[in-house]
Amino acid sequence: MTAPFLTARGLCAYYGHTQVLYDLEFDMHEGGITTLLGANGAGKTSTLRSLSGMLRTAGEIRFDGTVISGKHTEDIARLGIAHVPEGRGTFVRLTVQENLQLGAMTRSDRKAIADDIERVFNYFPILRQRYYQQAGTLSGGEQQMLAIARALMLRPKLMLLDEPSFGLAPLIVQELFGILRTLNRQERVSLFLVEQNASLALELADHAYLLETGRVVLAGLAKEIREDEDIRRSYLGY
Amino acid sequence: MELLLHQVLAGIATGAIYACMALAVVMIYQAIDHLNFAQGEMAMFSTFIAWQLLEWGFPYWAAFFVTIAVSFVAGVLIERTIFKPIHNAPILSHVVVFIALFVVINSLAGFIWEFTIKPFPSPFGTRSVLGSGLLSAHDAGMIGIVVLILLLLYGFFRYTRVGLAMRAAAANPESCRLVGIRVDWMLALGWGMAAAVGAVAGMLIAPIVFLEPNMMLSILLYGFAGAVVGGLTSPAGAVLGGFAVGIIENLAGTFIPYVGREMKLTIALALIIAVLMVRPSGLFGRKIVSRV
Repeated sequence: MTAPFLTARGLCAYYGHTQVLYDLEFDMHEGGITTLLGANGAGKTSTLRSLSGMLRTAGEIRFDGTVISGKHTEDIARLGIAHVPEGRGTFVRLTVQENLQLGAMTRSDRKAIADDIERVFNYFPILRQRYYQQAGTLSGGEQQMLAIARALMLRPKLMLLDEPSFGLAPLIVQELFGILRTLNRQERVSLFLVEQNASLALELADHAYLLETGRVVLAGLAKEIREDEDIRRSYLGY
Repeated sequence: MELLLHQVLAGIATGAIYACMALAVVMIYQAIDHLNFAQGEMAMFSTFIAWQLLEWGFPYWAAFFVTIAVSFVAGVLIERTIFKPIHNAPILSHVVVFIALFVVINSLAGFIWEFTIKPFPSPFGTRSVLGSGLLSAHDAGMIGIVVLILLLLYGFFRYTRVGLAMRAAAANPESCRLVGIRVDWMLALGWGMAAAVGAVAGMLIAPIVFLEPNMMLSILLYGFAGAVVGGLTSPAGAVLGGFAVGIIENLAGTFIPYVGREMKLTIALALIIAVLMVRPSGLFGRKIVSRV
C-alpha cells in the first residue's frame, strides 16, 4: 500500500451557521481517479470547496503529507492542487493565452511554461486556434477545455473537477472524459471528480463515494458500484 | 478658422488635465473593478504633501518622487485597513466607503492646510511654446508626462505577469486564488499604483487650477467623463477620452450658443450619457462578450 495521498477525517463544512457536510471520511491514493457522486444539494461542490479552503471547515484534510485544512486557497493551490470550479472559472475578459499564463502564475520558469503551453495544445488542439481569442467567446466545451488546460499549467499533482460535463453535448463529454483519462495516465495527475452523470464518472474512476445530504452513504470501488444493481437503482437512478 | 484652431489648442491643454485624471481612474478600475469617488481627493491630498515638502525646502523633483512614494504606500495602507474588511461586501457598501473617504480626506486637508488657495510651482515653467499663450511649456510637459505614464502602464499591464495577475484579480478574484495568485496583495498594489498616478496628476494639475482642498471636485468628473468616453478598460482610450472631453468642451463653449462657460460641466455629463448610450464600453474599451 502506498501512503495516503489525500485524506479527510471528520470533515465538516459550514456556510455561515448552516452545516452542509457532516463527518466526511475519504482516502485517495496517488495517481488514482476518485469520483464523488450524489444528487443536487448533496454537498459535492461543498466538498471540493472545502478541499480548496474556500469554506469554513472543521476536521482534518491532509494532502501529500501536509495538513491543508485551514490554509488559504492560494497556498493550497501552490501545493499542487488545481481546482476547476463549477462554472469553469474562466477569465472571460482575457484571451486564451492570458488564461493559460495565469494558470502558471505560481511558477517562474518561463521556458518550461512555454513548453507546457505546447504540451497542453497536444491535448486540446482547438485552443491553439483560439489562442488570441477572448475566452468569453469560446463555446461551452472549449471553455471547459480551457479551464482544464489552465489547471494543467499549474503542474498539479491533484486536479479537482467540479462537474466538467455540465451543460455540454454528449459527444463533447465523451471526448472530454477521454482526455481526462489520458491526462491521468500520461501526466500522472490524480483526479478528484464530482459528477451528476454517475454512469460516466463510474466508468472513468477507480474509487467512488456517494454523498447524501452532506454525509458519505457509500464508498467502494467504482467497478463494484457500477455492477451492483441495487445501488444503481436506489442511489444513482439509472 | 483661427478661432477654431485656438480653441482646439486650448482644449488640448485642458484635456491634458482630464487625461491625467482619467488615467488614474482607469488605473483603479483595472485594479479593483470599481470607480473610486475619493480618487480626486487622494490626488489633492498628495499634492498638499508635495506642497509641504517644497515649503520645507525640498528641490522640486525630490518632492515629486517622495510624494509619489508616500502616495503609493498610503494607497496600499488604505486598501489594507479600510477595504480589506469589506472585501466581500456588496458594491453599495464600497460606494458608501468611497464617499466617506472623499469627505474625510477633503476635510482633513482643509484642517491641516486650510482652505485658502495656494500657488503650486510647475517644473516646466509657464512660458508659451505654441499659439501665443494657448499652449504653455507646462501644458506641453504635462502632455509629455501623461504619455510617458500611459506607456509605462500599458507595458506593465500588457507585458508583465504581475500586470496580468492584477487584471485577473480585479475581474475574477475567486478563480485567481485557485491558480495561486495572492489576490489581496494584487488589490493593495492596484490601490498603491492608482494613488501614485493620482499624485502625479494632482501635482501636474495644481499649477493650473491652484492648490486648495476642493481643486479636484470638477476635475474628477471630467476625468470620469474622459475615462468613460475612452473606455474604462483602456488606459490609452482614457487618455484620448480626456483630450476629447477637453476639446469638445472648449468648442461647445465657443461655438454653441447658450452653452458658454457656465454650461461647460454639463457638456462632460452629456458626453458620458451619449457615449454610454451608443458604445457602453467606451470608444476604445474592450467589449465583454460571453457565451455559455
